[in-house]
Amino acid sequence: MKPFTYLDGLVCPLDRANVDTDAIIPKQFLKSIKRSGFGPYLFDEWRYSDVGEPGMDCTHRPLKKDFVLNQKRYQGAQVLLARDNFGCGSSREHAPWAIEDYGFRVIIAPSFADIFFGNCYKNGVLPIVASAEIVDQLFRECEATKGYTLRVDLETQTVRNPAGEWFQFDITPHRKHCLLNGLDEIGLTLQHADEIKAFERKHKVAQPWLFG
Amino acid sequence: MAGKTLYDKLWESHVVREEADGTCLLYIDRHLMHEVTSPQAFEGLRLAVRKAWRADSIVANPDHNTPTNHWDRGIEDPISRLQVETLDANIKDFGALVYFPFKHANQGIIHVIGPENGTTLPGMTVVCGDSHTSTHGAFGALAHGIGTSEVEHVLATQTLVAKRSKRMLVKVEGSLSAGVTAKDVALAIIGKIGTAGGTGYAIEFGGSAIRALSMEGRMTLCNMAIEAGARAGIVAPDEKTFDYLKGKTYAPKGADWDKAVAYWKTLASDADAKFDAVVELDAAKIEPQVTWGTSPEQVLAVGGRVPNPAREADAQKRAGIERALQYMGLKADTPITEIKIDKVFIGSCTNSRIEDLRAAAAVAKGKQKAASVKQVLIVPGSGIVKRQAEAEGLDKVFIEAGFEWREPGCSMCLAMNADRLAAGERCASTSNRNFEGRQGAGGRTHLVSPEMAAAAAIAGHFVDIRSF
Repeated sequence: MKPFTYLDGLVCPLDRANVDTDAIIPKQFLKSIKRSGFGPYLFDEWRYSDVGEPGMDCTHRPLKKDFVLNQKRYQGAQVLLARDNFGCGSSREHAPWAIEDYGFRVIIAPSFADIFFGNCYKNGVLPIVASAEIVDQLFRECEATKGYTLRVDLETQTVRNPAGEWFQFDITPHRKHCLLNGLDEIGLTLQHADEIKAFERKHKVAQPWLFG
Repeated sequence: MAGKTLYDKLWESHVVREEADGTCLLYIDRHLMHEVTSPQAFEGLRLAVRKAWRADSIVANPDHNTPTNHWDRGIEDPISRLQVETLDANIKDFGALVYFPFKHANQGIIHVIGPENGTTLPGMTVVCGDSHTSTHGAFGALAHGIGTSEVEHVLATQTLVAKRSKRMLVKVEGSLSAGVTAKDVALAIIGKIGTAGGTGYAIEFGGSAIRALSMEGRMTLCNMAIEAGARAGIVAPDEKTFDYLKGKTYAPKGADWDKAVAYWKTLASDADAKFDAVVELDAAKIEPQVTWGTSPEQVLAVGGRVPNPAREADAQKRAGIERALQYMGLKADTPITEIKIDKVFIGSCTNSRIEDLRAAAAVAKGKQKAASVKQVLIVPGSGIVKRQAEAEGLDKVFIEAGFEWREPGCSMCLAMNADRLAAGERCASTSNRNFEGRQGAGGRTHLVSPEMAAAAAIAGHFVDIRSF
């Protein structure tokens, strides 16, 4: 996983609530057995006016011009600004894979769905929960200002706008540590292999029917 | 000290270690798997030269990509076939307690086969790279969906890195009216609390109406917990649970059974347990539900009318309603019962069990699908469900009504195989999600119970099953 420390990123506003993971990456692309290559199909049905299929070369597909990702001013965006309950629905990790592969490293929203929220951290994508008021303000500023960027600093857990105003966000120490260092969580867990084995032995004595 | 909730009991009995910030290593008893969310996890293990910690915790089978007809032709889509063959190869290399390959007599939807083979038991932690893993909470298990990185983590370590959720009690008291099902209860709850109402929570379902539900009904209800935003839904196990499990292939036997039941009987929230939120519904007031929009919370009783955005004061909500109406091709204020449908899908991990098929067959018996309805797909949840239905003659009822009797799989719930809606087609579906494009790009989904879906197939539009 790529470490995340800080970022000065162009912001792209996606102004709708309850964006589900089927919308983020439609099911036909889930047939891939790889982790990479999903970026061109991110928000496929909202982005293109034809029906996308896996393996399609997207460079010449017809675009839905009104969709934010297709607008010139948001090309190269690394921060996705979103509304409530972002990432609801299916647990598919292909959603954060597509978001990361497209180039986003940060998503700011008033709330996220639980499984998607957890999946982001595993892929070097930082989901930030901000109050509805702050998110409203960011939407207004972003839409009013071409080239609107935010500085996101994980070490200090802050997001700063071009005017220098800032807010702080929460993250668990464990997730912060993993993200800052780009750590493989499995390796960390296996440092506790003896404790897992000890738990397993007791568990097997208490509930032998759970084994085999 | 206040008593403990069932959720806390399940959680605490699986904590291997806990960090100062509350992050836990949680031991996982059962790892369910299908072909879509597992290949990258196995690939990760291979790249890191790691083994599966406990292959005997794995129960797997392909379900999302498998066709539901013409099994003699195999899987015709080469990309789907590769994904299914990749699961075959991964299970061969890493092992499993149970594996039903494509066309095996017991193959089916992973959330149907887990319980029916007795591999889901009370007191377990159950995970799967699939959000509808919440289904298994119907047995008093702590069950929830995980991402593929977590699938790899569980494979490699038999644990998950997790933090405790908040606890919500959804209490449904009283008796459901005839024609009102667990699906309607689930949709009514989601209509009340919203699709994010359960975010951050594990929901325990309680109350006399829940106790009265069959195991199939409880599975339908817990299955939809995720549509309310809750990763896990739980029902405390009781005699119905034990009766369902007794004699199942992988359920404990002999002295182990008695010991297990004694333990399982302790799996209930204490009378003085504290919940972070309590939601109450009166069962008698729940009516048959139909979704009208593109989120499960956009749901109404069958007697209702499609909402009018002009009456919504909140601008963001108004825009949401307008967008949903446009996508769904619906006019504001249209009575639900005047909405005509093109297709019907009865199946999915929500509603493909024997009781669902019996209910649909009881409605369809001796009747014919409306001429305007292009296709009615009946997709049993597993080979076991299919054989049971055929033994009861349900397949003949469906075929005589002009419905199609298919092979088991996820099918048109998410349309990864050939079963899908064309753009603009409208479907009465017993599945769990009415998201844009879920059943096929441009397809329009209305979520209903099996009874309501079968009645719509016959009438050609939604009808109130209570007066059908």
